[in-house]
Amino acid sequence: MAIDFIYPQYEIVRNQQRCITCRACERQCANEVHTYLEDDDIMISDEYKCVNCHRCVSICPTKALKIVKSDHTFKENSNWTNEAIYEIYRQASSGGVLLSSMGNPKPFPIYWDKMLINASQVTNPSIDPLREPMETRTYLGQKPVKIQRDENGKIINNLAPQLKLDVPVLFSAMSYGAISYNAHESLARAARELGTFYNTGEGGLHKDFYKYGENTIVQVASGRFGVHKEYLNAGAALEIKIGQGAKPGIGGHLPGNKIVDDISKTRMIPEGSDAISPAPHHDIYSIEDLRQLVFSLKEATEYKKPVIVKIAAVHNIAAIASGIARSGADIIAIDGFRGGTGAAPTRIRDNVGIPIELALASVDERLRREGIRGSVSLIVGGSIRNSADVVKAIALGADAVYIGTAALLALGCHLCRSCQSGLCNWGIATQRPDLVKRLNPELGYKRLVNLVNGWNHEIMEMMGGMGINSIEALRGNRLMLRGVGLTQKELDILGINHAGE
Amino acid sequence: MYKEGLDGVRIPSGCAVSAIFSRNADKINGEKIIKSIKLMHDRSNGLGGGFAGYGIYPTYKDYYAMHVFYNNLKAKEDCEKLLEREFDIVNLSKIPTKKIPSITDEPLIWRYFVAPLPTRLSDSQLDEKEFVVRFVTKVNSYVEGAYIFSSGKNMGVFKAVGYPEDVGEFYRLDEYDGYLWTAHGRYPTNTPGWWGGAHPFGLLDYTIVHNGEISSYDANRRFLEMHGYKCNLLTDTEVITYTFDYLVRRLGFSLEETAITIAAPFWSTIEAMPKEEKQRQLYLRNAFSGLLITGPFSIIVGFEGGVMALNDRLKLRSMVIGEKDDMVYIASEESAIRVIEPYVENIYSPKGGEPVIIKFNKQYKE
Repeated sequence: MAIDFIYPQYEIVRNQQRCITCRACERQCANEVHTYLEDDDIMISDEYKCVNCHRCVSICPTKALKIVKSDHTFKENSNWTNEAIYEIYRQASSGGVLLSSMGNPKPFPIYWDKMLINASQVTNPSIDPLREPMETRTYLGQKPVKIQRDENGKIINNLAPQLKLDVPVLFSAMSYGAISYNAHESLARAARELGTFYNTGEGGLHKDFYKYGENTIVQVASGRFGVHKEYLNAGAALEIKIGQGAKPGIGGHLPGNKIVDDISKTRMIPEGSDAISPAPHHDIYSIEDLRQLVFSLKEATEYKKPVIVKIAAVHNIAAIASGIARSGADIIAIDGFRGGTGAAPTRIRDNVGIPIELALASVDERLRREGIRGSVSLIVGGSIRNSADVVKAIALGADAVYIGTAALLALGCHLCRSCQSGLCNWGIATQRPDLVKRLNPELGYKRLVNLVNGWNHEIMEMMGGMGINSIEALRGNRLMLRGVGLTQKELDILGINHAGE
Repeated sequence: MYKEGLDGVRIPSGCAVSAIFSRNADKINGEKIIKSIKLMHDRSNGLGGGFAGYGIYPTYKDYYAMHVFYNNLKAKEDCEKLLEREFDIVNLSKIPTKKIPSITDEPLIWRYFVAPLPTRLSDSQLDEKEFVVRFVTKVNSYVEGAYIFSSGKNMGVFKAVGYPEDVGEFYRLDEYDGYLWTAHGRYPTNTPGWWGGAHPFGLLDYTIVHNGEISSYDANRRFLEMHGYKCNLLTDTEVITYTFDYLVRRLGFSLEETAITIAAPFWSTIEAMPKEEKQRQLYLRNAFSGLLITGPFSIIVGFEGGVMALNDRLKLRSMVIGEKDDMVYIASEESAIRVIEPYVENIYSPKGGEPVIIKFNKQYKE
């Protein structure tokens, strides 16, 4: 119907003088945007199919392509924006739930950008990481409150199982299925090289990747896809996924067309059937149920591996985290409302949850007030964009951070936010073999290693500037942060002073 | 006079430190330590000086000696009311001082020799030391205008705003003899001029004099506050004192274990250690990482029967140690030792993070 006509948001501009009609764009676009007109010897594009992923722009040998924002518009209206109007048309036509991918793109405050980091001047020396040791190693896991000694007075190691990280950055959960085999291989190899961990997500663990077990966190989500004893024992830690920042309170849906071959085997579900994980774990309706699952998993792994409980940052996060800390969990992972996803209902992604900065600050403070901050380590994610975000997160009280979107960007993601289509031209969020092979894990893992090493250098520079030479001394060191342009309430929640104070 | 920390401002300071210790428990007159710290005059700026003397109250050695600053008589009344409720006070007096032009604005300075009332102690279900610590914390946090700055047995802290040599004269330290003296001259960048902010900082018989500015301050503070301490003064020394109290008294760490926890060797150094030692150090550093102290410091810890010197991990502050017969000298500068013992021997600078712990020779163990 004419009412449903939606003008494309982006236009493909082709410089015909540069175009040599090599048809690379046509071959590269899984959305079938580009076509060759033989009679006229020109390429044309169907912008209605374009997702603005830049694949064609990036590979065009003559740089003949660019993508620009369309200036086509409705009569300007601050309330009824183009997007708001089009969404109405789409829903009126389909009757469906709007779907989106990746993290919340709305202009909510980004508190990371409203905090500034300290440096030493005169009264105490800054430390040069090129000349002095600068340590970013971190251990995650419960810390004891008492020491125990044997009959000779020697200290007994009474530590619960720990995860040793050479850098305070882990790759967050992205399932095999949501992302490709090659993407998983890249993450696994990078984690091993970096001395950190990647996370299987809820789709089980491919047989080929068991060898990366020492650097793997295996996830147990509400669908329990691919969960069995061997799987639980394959990783270095287990993660119970309660929620995800992009879609707190709801489950997941991997469409049947992505459940092919190995994915079906790994998930232990029939090929072509939708993988729908329920909103709650149906064996966890309350905090005491969580405790039972935590200890079931510990029993299954003989108390040798730490258990992470991952939750989305929601309003009552501090009390929830406190409950989890008292439920036997070793690590709590909190995912902020900007966290990414392979697919989520748009309304939920854009309106549910709270910023990770505030959630982290209030959780850390609450756990300390209750004297149980040592009972758990804190990992935060959603979204950490650079090394300064990492430094700020740790100074607010995190032990380490999860990165998902940043890792995918390193692998080539261009944040077109169309993962749900399964047609990722960069070989990441797709299962089509011809697309998957575009991501070379040999190069992919090196790019991830580069990214995290680059960040780590920057973290060390910032720490050195503060006169701190071990990351433990930065953790929870909120005096190293000052706010700019924040209200007193926001400063109070973050537990920091305003710049100039 | 504002108490430090009330305005939420943290005060960085540089400093001079010095200590004399007799391993044979011989008596050393207070004048000697004044002479040592005086030589480092330029390392202080007149905004704080102080001393701790050990073995100075033999007559009352079984009683806690509480030294208290009062801003006014009301504060004194309030504090004494609390003291009387919880303690048996066997002696109380003003601490004798000498009026000198360079020390002004002194508060009321009182001293009490006390023992916890047995009934109150047993009702509290606490051990005696914890009982005393909680009392001190309560007064310092909640009794306005009162500040207990010394609370150990057979030892005492004497401190004021001024240059340390003047502070020593003011408190008439030549009238005290002890087996250990520590001293401090403060160089704060700013201070409201509150006497309690000077060093040493003490809790029970542990006192700390400290030169440095620790960059891990807030991480350490927030860890300690989780365990019931209240860091009201916002100074490094307060945090270091509570760290010692927590690890040594409450968790039962040895001083050496405490040193390798707070000034831990680098991971690479630990990895290269023999297996058992490596396991021990990995454990301590990981399990108590919230108390790792970074940034420059040199500290001298005084305690009953001994003294400990410790530098930060990178040795970002000067500190030398020397000996002569049974005497041990520790100071920020060698000159401060030579001025009182020209024939000092075995002078050396401990490495960063290397604890130097000196205790009484065995036969003198009290």
